[in-house]
Amino acid sequence: MTLLSSVTGRLTAAALSLAVALPAVAQETPQSGGVANVAIQPEPPGLMLPLVQNAPTQRVAGNIFEGLLRYDADLKPMPQLATSWEISDDGLAYTFHLHPDVIWHDGEAFSAADVVFSADVFLRETNPRTRAILDHVASIEAPDDETVVFTLKQPFPAFIQAFEVGTLPIVPKHLYEGTDFYHNPANNHPIGTGPFEFAKWDRGSVIELDKNPDYYEAGKPYLDKIYWHVIPDAASRAAAYENGTLNIMPAGSVENFDIPRLAEMDGSCMTEAGNEYFNPFAMLWLNNREGPTADKRFRQAVMYALDRDFARNVLWNGLGKVPNGPFSSTLAAHDDDLQPYPYDPDKAEELLDEMGYDGEPVRLLPLPYGETWTRWAEAVRQNLEDVGINIETESSDVAGWNQKISDWDYDIAFTYLFQYGDPSLGIARTYVSSNIAKGSPWNNVEGYENPEIDKLFADAAVENDADKRQAMYDQIQQTLHDDVPLAWIMELAQPTIYRCSVHDLITTGIGLNDGFKNAWIEQ
Amino acid sequence: MNFFKRFAQNRGALVGLVILGLVVVLALLAPLLYPDSPWRMVQRPFLAPGEVSGFWLGTDVMGRDVAAGLAHGAWVSLLIGLISTVVALAIGVPLGALAGYFGGKIDDALMRFTEFFQTIPNFALAIVLVAIMEPSTFSIVLAIAIVSWPPVARLVRGEFLSIKHREYVEAARLVGQTHRDIIIKQILPNTLSPVIVLASLMVATAILLESSLSFLGLGDPDTMSWGYMIGAARTVMRQAWWLSVIPGVAILLTVLALNLVGEGLDDALNPQLARAR
Repeated sequence: MTLLSSVTGRLTAAALSLAVALPAVAQETPQSGGVANVAIQPEPPGLMLPLVQNAPTQRVAGNIFEGLLRYDADLKPMPQLATSWEISDDGLAYTFHLHPDVIWHDGEAFSAADVVFSADVFLRETNPRTRAILDHVASIEAPDDETVVFTLKQPFPAFIQAFEVGTLPIVPKHLYEGTDFYHNPANNHPIGTGPFEFAKWDRGSVIELDKNPDYYEAGKPYLDKIYWHVIPDAASRAAAYENGTLNIMPAGSVENFDIPRLAEMDGSCMTEAGNEYFNPFAMLWLNNREGPTADKRFRQAVMYALDRDFARNVLWNGLGKVPNGPFSSTLAAHDDDLQPYPYDPDKAEELLDEMGYDGEPVRLLPLPYGETWTRWAEAVRQNLEDVGINIETESSDVAGWNQKISDWDYDIAFTYLFQYGDPSLGIARTYVSSNIAKGSPWNNVEGYENPEIDKLFADAAVENDADKRQAMYDQIQQTLHDDVPLAWIMELAQPTIYRCSVHDLITTGIGLNDGFKNAWIEQ
Repeated sequence: MNFFKRFAQNRGALVGLVILGLVVVLALLAPLLYPDSPWRMVQRPFLAPGEVSGFWLGTDVMGRDVAAGLAHGAWVSLLIGLISTVVALAIGVPLGALAGYFGGKIDDALMRFTEFFQTIPNFALAIVLVAIMEPSTFSIVLAIAIVSWPPVARLVRGEFLSIKHREYVEAARLVGQTHRDIIIKQILPNTLSPVIVLASLMVATAILLESSLSFLGLGDPDTMSWGYMIGAARTVMRQAWWLSVIPGVAILLTVLALNLVGEGLDDALNPQLARAR
């Protein structure tokens, strides 16, 4: 177990800089009963978490599915489906002991075979981010029904962080084995092991989850039901919270200018906790393959043209942070010395002149996640037009946005991705050339290819020496900073606003995405 | 009494004409008054009207000049209203003329086709069309034209039915004029007055439709329009009511003006009806 402690020690160090405390745990004993009414914005395209990775999907489906582990605010692993785990001294074998009493929502027994199937077959095929992590894994075996052993090809210190529900959700083998994963009827009625079961989904209105009466942690969950309300209009959402129809407003469901007003209402609480694992990072995909965006000078001009401080101050009400490069400042591997691109329209125009940009129209695809994102796209368009770039804005819904980005049918597109706790988990996937594949909006969709970066990311992930690894990450940040494969626009803050009568809503660094198994409502 | 005197007898129509004139002037002068893009963030956000000199209508959620948006939006609204009406006329007039003139099976076929469009609620169809084609000025004009041509076709058909048996049309037929000449030179000019009146009202409807589409976020994302301004300000209604109200009043006045002008045109073009009133 020595290695485990050294690993967690490093992770603790990584998380210390976050300095965000979890809300104080209430002293009272939890009460059963009550209903959570949560806003979900926008409506998720699907709930089959292992197939659909949009943020709203993760938020809802984290109650239905579970991973082997959860993580606290310091990113230290906590038990979930696995009650205990060991890492061998050579850092190659990860052994998980599973909870013995778990059953699927349809009544079938859960076993180690489900874990092996999920990691080795299902997610390797369907989830590019998990696939990249599992590339380090030589074999996954189940010596008995309650034990799973992951054997790595080489030490990969960040591996212990990869077992959260959004990254490695466990899917039911008995429903999926040998089927077409994307067209399995179970996708419309997802079956998991989580504290809440899928009940029904009135499209455009509400997603209903029922308490799982057979949940393996005795007494939990406390809530009887969770209703996820789809209310596309921000003003109506705010009104629904004020009149008590909603009692939980996750990040993104309150317009930024409205946050202070709702948070300061009587009986209203706000927290920025529950975000430590994800580090959401807003970016502009720049299509590196064709058009003006294929030219490095054009991409640098975009960085100079963007007034990111304006976006932060006006659109995000001062919440969040302007990044200095590709790495979120909360990561341990972040290079603090990197100088951010300043807002310098003249420099941008100079670069555009130098490359001979001729006014060719450039398409801009906003993220259809609500008013703030629409306004943000308008601000970015204005910034770019001010330096002489000819922008055409496109419109789409969430499914259309997924489709266009997956098909590389865009020039500039808004997105935000989770960077997770380690560059090898959340950042490498966006830049390494082995992760270029049509069909996913979450991989290297900009088409950046640089063998030097590929090698550095690969080496850094398996480097056990912290200093050497940091040197590599510094070099990566410097190179990416110069190449601008995509534009880094904001480290997003994710405030949750909720009625103070709701307790223990966020108990981990995964926040709301971890499910509501501990949450209870004071009657 | 000549046309203008008859028109001027309707006071409402005169008021409408003045308002409409002002809107047109505003639209034409927009590029001179506000040469910058109306999307440009120029001041602090949420300035109330008159709070800072030079921004007499204040600024919106992102510090864009509301007055600039209003002026540029006038241009967009009028342009879309006019063009889509012209397109709707270009579809409706020929179809109505053919149906009314030839009658029989052609009439049946064309009218069933027209009814097919009439049975679908206008706005719902427009939303579907814009959503399918992806929002742009082109798709919005087309969608508005497609939902608004059926009344034109029915009106023109009715006029043709009543005129085609008049003596001068029979005479034209006797001297051997072709169907085309009879339709275009003999009958069509005599159906124009009700069509002109209808067209002026259609422009108003088109402006409303465009505003509604933009309000719902289905406008051309690159053009500043009044509907967009209301849609974007809707969520801040409590903090800054004027952001929704100002463009709302602009739409109200323009549509009202067009309706008043339409009524005046009706009086001027149908003197018998006007006198009877």
